[in-house]
Amino acid sequence: MSDILVEDKTPTPAPVPRTPRLASRQLPKWAPLAIAAGAIAIAAAIGAGFGLDSKIQWGLIALVLFVLGSYVITARVEGRRQAKDRVATSLVWSSFILAVIPLYSLVQTTISNGSKVLDGTFLTHSMNNVLTIQPGGGIYHAIIGTVEQVAIATAIAAPLGILTAIYLVEYGKGALAKWVTFFVDVMTGIPSIVAGLFILSMWFVLLDKAPATGFAGSLALAILMMPIVVRSTEEMLKLVPNELREASLALGVPKWRTITKVVIPTALGGITTGVMLSIARIAGETAPIALLVFGSNVINNDPFKDPQASLPLYIYQQYGNGNEPSYDRAWAAALVLIAFVMILNLVARGIARWKAPKTGR
Amino acid sequence: MTTTAPPSAAPPRAAKTVTRPGDRIFAGMSRGSGIFLLVVMAAIAVFLTVRAVSAISKDHGNFLTTFEWNAGLNPPVFGIAVLAYGTIVSSVIAMLIAVPIAVGIALFITHYAPRRVGGVLAYVIDLLAAVPSIIYGLWGAIFLVPHMKGLNLWLDTYFGWTVIFDKQDPNSAARSLFTVGILLAIMILPIITNVSREVIRQMPKMHEEAALALGATRWEVIRLSVLPFARSGIISASMLGLGRALGETMAVATVLSASPQLSAHLLDPLGGTFSQNIVAKFGEADQFGRDALIASGLVLFFITLLVNGAARLIIARRKEYSGANA
Amino acid sequence: MAKRIDVSGLTAFYGGFKAIEDISMTVEPRTVTAFIGPSGCGKSTFLRTLNRMHEVTPGGRVEGKVMLDDENLYGSGVDPVTVRRTVGMVFQRPNPFPTMSIYDNVAAGLKLNGVRKKGELDSIVEKSLKGANLWNEVKDRLNKPGSGLSGGQQQRLCIARAIAVEPQVLLMDEPCSALDPISTLAIEDLIGELKTRFTIVIVTHNMQQAARVSDRTAFFNLAAVGQPGKLIEIDDTERIFSNPSVQATEDYISGRFG
Repeated sequence: MSDILVEDKTPTPAPVPRTPRLASRQLPKWAPLAIAAGAIAIAAAIGAGFGLDSKIQWGLIALVLFVLGSYVITARVEGRRQAKDRVATSLVWSSFILAVIPLYSLVQTTISNGSKVLDGTFLTHSMNNVLTIQPGGGIYHAIIGTVEQVAIATAIAAPLGILTAIYLVEYGKGALAKWVTFFVDVMTGIPSIVAGLFILSMWFVLLDKAPATGFAGSLALAILMMPIVVRSTEEMLKLVPNELREASLALGVPKWRTITKVVIPTALGGITTGVMLSIARIAGETAPIALLVFGSNVINNDPFKDPQASLPLYIYQQYGNGNEPSYDRAWAAALVLIAFVMILNLVARGIARWKAPKTGR
Repeated sequence: MTTTAPPSAAPPRAAKTVTRPGDRIFAGMSRGSGIFLLVVMAAIAVFLTVRAVSAISKDHGNFLTTFEWNAGLNPPVFGIAVLAYGTIVSSVIAMLIAVPIAVGIALFITHYAPRRVGGVLAYVIDLLAAVPSIIYGLWGAIFLVPHMKGLNLWLDTYFGWTVIFDKQDPNSAARSLFTVGILLAIMILPIITNVSREVIRQMPKMHEEAALALGATRWEVIRLSVLPFARSGIISASMLGLGRALGETMAVATVLSASPQLSAHLLDPLGGTFSQNIVAKFGEADQFGRDALIASGLVLFFITLLVNGAARLIIARRKEYSGANA
Repeated sequence: MAKRIDVSGLTAFYGGFKAIEDISMTVEPRTVTAFIGPSGCGKSTFLRTLNRMHEVTPGGRVEGKVMLDDENLYGSGVDPVTVRRTVGMVFQRPNPFPTMSIYDNVAAGLKLNGVRKKGELDSIVEKSLKGANLWNEVKDRLNKPGSGLSGGQQQRLCIARAIAVEPQVLLMDEPCSALDPISTLAIEDLIGELKTRFTIVIVTHNMQQAARVSDRTAFFNLAAVGQPGKLIEIDDTERIFSNPSVQATEDYISGRFG
């Protein structure tokens, strides 16, 4: 202790730069805006001057000028460290803007193009007897197909997924649980087309024929859905406090009754949310449907016999026709599909918020 | 001991006491579902392999190095060289673009945007992650492709010397691997952003305060404490995005104008990917042709398995690591 | 090096909630001042207004003046980054940068301030670790991660990190509350040594600790939950613990509430 005191008394000339005064020169609050405006003006001048016709180029030039400009100006006024900070800020803002443009355009294009032919007739008619180069026709048969395929997939995947999650959370110990956990993760990453190929090869091996029914598509969708349901249900079950389980077990309630009467009702909101989100995910899957269900122009209410249509596949096929009336139909169907998926998402999140376990946070 | 499962299974916790029939049935059902899931995974591998092997054995080209895909010829000649190249190149382009931007947006939401704006933005991006890929494909083919023209021209003019940005026919449509890469980047952006944001959000405040109290600027706080902490999380988020990009079918099938050429000219409309090839060739393929496509799907399956496995490994390591200094 | 702190009429908010109200006090250079008071009385909040860490909290807002010698921390044109560089802080839970080595932890602040030369860094790191009474324990493993140290060692590492940039003032927010008694003693000894070089302000829940380490003690209290915390009195530690001038202080110290 004493030697340190001695050392401290010798006034070591601090090699650290002298403490700066607290107040330093700072750019005014409006500086970034001014620099941005300047960058855009110069970029527009350059773009017009050199006759660059792409607005994307103008934007990129403006972006580069903005980042450079804010660095140089800040470095002169506030110093290098602040300048770096400013550059990081402008890069983060730019990345945000860069990302927003295409995502906004995606939604905007779908809505404006989709609303062209979207009306009551479109929703209630099939493509039966409609030539692809003609306007008209609708998606009724595709909606039927999608609803049936997704419903069957959910009927298979939701119970299996929920039970698997219950196994992992309530019973799972040891090697089997570890393997299941690992393969649930792996399954989450299976490309949808591989799931389609799997069902296809299964049909070949077991039945020695090509599938071409809505049911085959449902099976592929179920494979894609199951891991999502397991994951989300698992998360929800883990949120149920152990005290609840113990309280119930201590009353002499058998374990399975505890799970069905106490644990699941507590987590029901979250489980429902997870299932709905996974439905939203698979409803837009196209690739396995293209391989297994084939698509159809007419209404087919029977998912176990003959090809069916489906919304995402309908979009793909209409796009493939390559003419304006078909494009219009594709956009309209895309709008319906987006609306369906978004509504499912919003409702699911609503349920999650409304039913959130009180102990969750 | 419940008995519905094979003996290799671990005994459930309730095994000590007298098991009621209700308990036994319920435990058996839930364990059965877990086992069923494993069976499905095994079945996928087995069925795909069975069909793939029968197809590859009749292949008169080298399955790994042949460029073209002519399973309908007699004798059949098909290989995955172009497909593997196209899949990997387009995914790499997507990653190079998407990862920095996604991390930027995640930081924007957590550290730069006003709190309420950040919250709304996070919600919107969550929703965008749910947009089906066919819609990205439709948008990419009808809207993005014509709009890529200017950028292609510009890249060709000023960076043509790099070969990869050399467009051999400047007037050809931008239905190239490069455009596919950009579309995939836009598509996986929401997922990478969401996962990265979640990781950054979970970071304990105290690490940031440590940097702040040393007199760090906002960027220095991010560099000193946020990025090192979130690094493995960001990597695994990127891997998840990569998995998506590798397996994406529709967004590629609508945009790419495919041809069996393996070329470094990324702006030219040529090449192909695994899943694009499957969808494109499936309609006209006979039984054998489908088996050949299944073989290529098997390769894709293994590639995505590897990528996902790597992501899981990184996440698992991260858990240990954060536990060590809790 | 050390500077005088002069606070006048300081009020701090969390959004619409007023956490502390109208606090004025003076902290002399090269002294240790302890803040005591019941939970929620705003002593930590007040401490965090002294290096502008309070405004990092969402909704955090401050009114009033904090003079460091002749400069107002909240004056116009003052960069909070410079303030935090001048007024160092040690937190309740030791928070070394988890991915950095012991050496890099101490050097982190220096590198930010543009010290790049290896020799210079080495000598400051060594001096700071010695200053934090940690050198002998870690000199053989400077390149090991800081998170591998014990809690008490980690806290001293954080102190070394804070003093490496030669701040004027050192703020400590319950630095021993997460530590065992032996580590606590080591930190308390260290505080006694550090006050020859720095102005130290320490928040503590432990009244014996306040009595042991501080020259002056400030007692904070709040009228009721939801009311803003206020400074009740500040005086020489000896006076506060033997003969406080306010009844509430005596009640608190003798354990009648809090």
